[in-house]
Amino acid sequence: MSLKKVHDNQPKEFKFTDGNLKKAEEILKRYPEKNKKSAVMPFLYLAQKQNSNWIPLAAMKYIAKFLSMPYISVYEVATFYSMYNLAPVGKHFIQVCTTTPCLIRGADKIVKLCKEKISPNENEISQKGSCSWMEVECLGACVSAPMIQINDDYYEDLDEKSTIEILDSLIKDKPLKPGSYRGRNNTAPEKKPTINGENHA
Amino acid sequence: MLKSENKIFKNLYNEYGWEIENAIKRDDWKNTKNLISKGREWIINEVKTSELRGRGGAGFSTGLKWSFAPKEVGSRPHYLVINADESEPGTCKDRDILRFEPQKLIEGCLIAGFAVNAHVCYIYIRGEYFNEGKRLQEAIDQAYKKNYLGKNACGSGWDFDIFIHYGAGAYICGEETALLESIEGNKGQPRLKPPFPALVGLYGCPTIVNNVETIAVVPTILRRGGKWFASIGKSKNTGTKIFCISGNVNSPCNVEEEMGIPLKDLIEKHAGGVVGGWDNLQAVIPGGSSMPLLSKEICDTITMDFDSLIENKSGLGTAGIVVINKDQDIVACMARIARFYKHESCGQCTPCREGAGWMWRILDRVVKRKATFSDVNLLSDVTKQIEGHTICAFGEGSAWPVQGLLRHFRKEVESRCRDEPLIKKKINNPYLVDQHLLENKNA
Repeated sequence: MSLKKVHDNQPKEFKFTDGNLKKAEEILKRYPEKNKKSAVMPFLYLAQKQNSNWIPLAAMKYIAKFLSMPYISVYEVATFYSMYNLAPVGKHFIQVCTTTPCLIRGADKIVKLCKEKISPNENEISQKGSCSWMEVECLGACVSAPMIQINDDYYEDLDEKSTIEILDSLIKDKPLKPGSYRGRNNTAPEKKPTINGENHA
Repeated sequence: MLKSENKIFKNLYNEYGWEIENAIKRDDWKNTKNLISKGREWIINEVKTSELRGRGGAGFSTGLKWSFAPKEVGSRPHYLVINADESEPGTCKDRDILRFEPQKLIEGCLIAGFAVNAHVCYIYIRGEYFNEGKRLQEAIDQAYKKNYLGKNACGSGWDFDIFIHYGAGAYICGEETALLESIEGNKGQPRLKPPFPALVGLYGCPTIVNNVETIAVVPTILRRGGKWFASIGKSKNTGTKIFCISGNVNSPCNVEEEMGIPLKDLIEKHAGGVVGGWDNLQAVIPGGSSMPLLSKEICDTITMDFDSLIENKSGLGTAGIVVINKDQDIVACMARIARFYKHESCGQCTPCREGAGWMWRILDRVVKRKATFSDVNLLSDVTKQIEGHTICAFGEGSAWPVQGLLRHFRKEVESRCRDEPLIKKKINNPYLVDQHLLENKNA
């Protein structure tokens, strides 16, 4: 269960855009008519995308009305799942995986770099560029450790040098490409194993 | 070693393209109509003959699970739900199936859906796998275009639809009933069992929940025969399995191998060996973070299958192998896993919600050399209080790794502890209050 704080400064109103309304109708078709409530998670994602990656309380009220369910049930879902941001995050939202498989390949060094380059604390929007970072639990790319997720994309097989390059590119608002930063083919074993694992962070 | 002709996931690294045309060249969707026309009984029996055990962690017989679904559809529709909420630390096999072998999964869904009388299938993908879900949706759309899905799917006379539902970063939703709660639009907290989902599942209807890998191997099993699958590996532990080898190895990778392969072969032949050589090995977590670690002595000879790992008081789990060498602080590694469970506990059962925090705080004290000898016994006691006293297996999943640490590395843990301070503070706390919490106001 993650602890989350609702943002102090809340917009008064929220409404889906016309495009999102169409998407919402499509989503509703996936579930049986009497189980509209199932759409609450995809709707929260829609709201989050629409509102620069965070969900205001007004959006929860709007969704509750939309799905004819109690507001508190939407609130309950939004606060339970860690991927719903209840306060603003950076335009480039960096999530650093620090669970054991990443940790033993040097995730702590990536955290240190984030503190130096982005902001000293988690979930603070950087002064240069619009970035914020946070530590997260296992992102499910353990054989490509250490890795980070920036918005929707995975950046894998990192070391200190490549992390610095990536973070710098975000600060300049020209993000580098996602994928492996050791040039390997997805999760295949590398042909030239390095001695003593020198090439990881 | 697995012969290349016996490999099921030929495109695990996307060397041949994931699109449906390429998948068809690799024999996906070949004779699917014929397979389905042989009927439910035949499909379920063939899966039973193959002795396929669920690849999601528990290792339950897949054929048996399918046979639990009611034979006739009553007033309530049946559902098939695919668990793609891959969040077990050390595991990343389903991600590659979703990205590079989506047609195997989709074809498996159709066959499994037919076998359990389901017209609708939900694939629950963890929210972080946004791109993988997008890829799977493209693959589903391609299958619809070829009429492999939808009305009269693949000419079989069976109507079948697949929908994707994204999770949102809750590890517990990998537990099947929590996953169903999550699809229903609730917070993901596991349900009491029984009733099992096969009878009362999604929306109160009969529901079969399977892991991605389990379903993705089914079409190949049916095409090549259950006996073929059963001939690979060991008895009761048959077939092929994707192993994820991460941690202190020279070339971490995902690899498909036969069940029962020696762990040492897996690490040395596929993953380039332990960093610093085999003698530098300290411990291995064999099946994702929930499974107790193995000491080097066991790793020298152990084979990777459900039963031999259980004999060694561990488990195959999801086959996410995390290699830890002697350069690592083993207690810190396990303390981080304990922190993972503290973060991910859904908060429904007290022993797990509170105990996960206790375990993390005590281990953290050990790492910082602030623990006392009595803490070690307390830690052991807490794991016993959690294990078996929770609704779902999360309790075991969080307690077992700590028990494994104490089983194999108790000396190491104790070497970092100190005696009780000579002058004790004048507080008289009842047993069930965490001293640490009281001493640090902000903890």
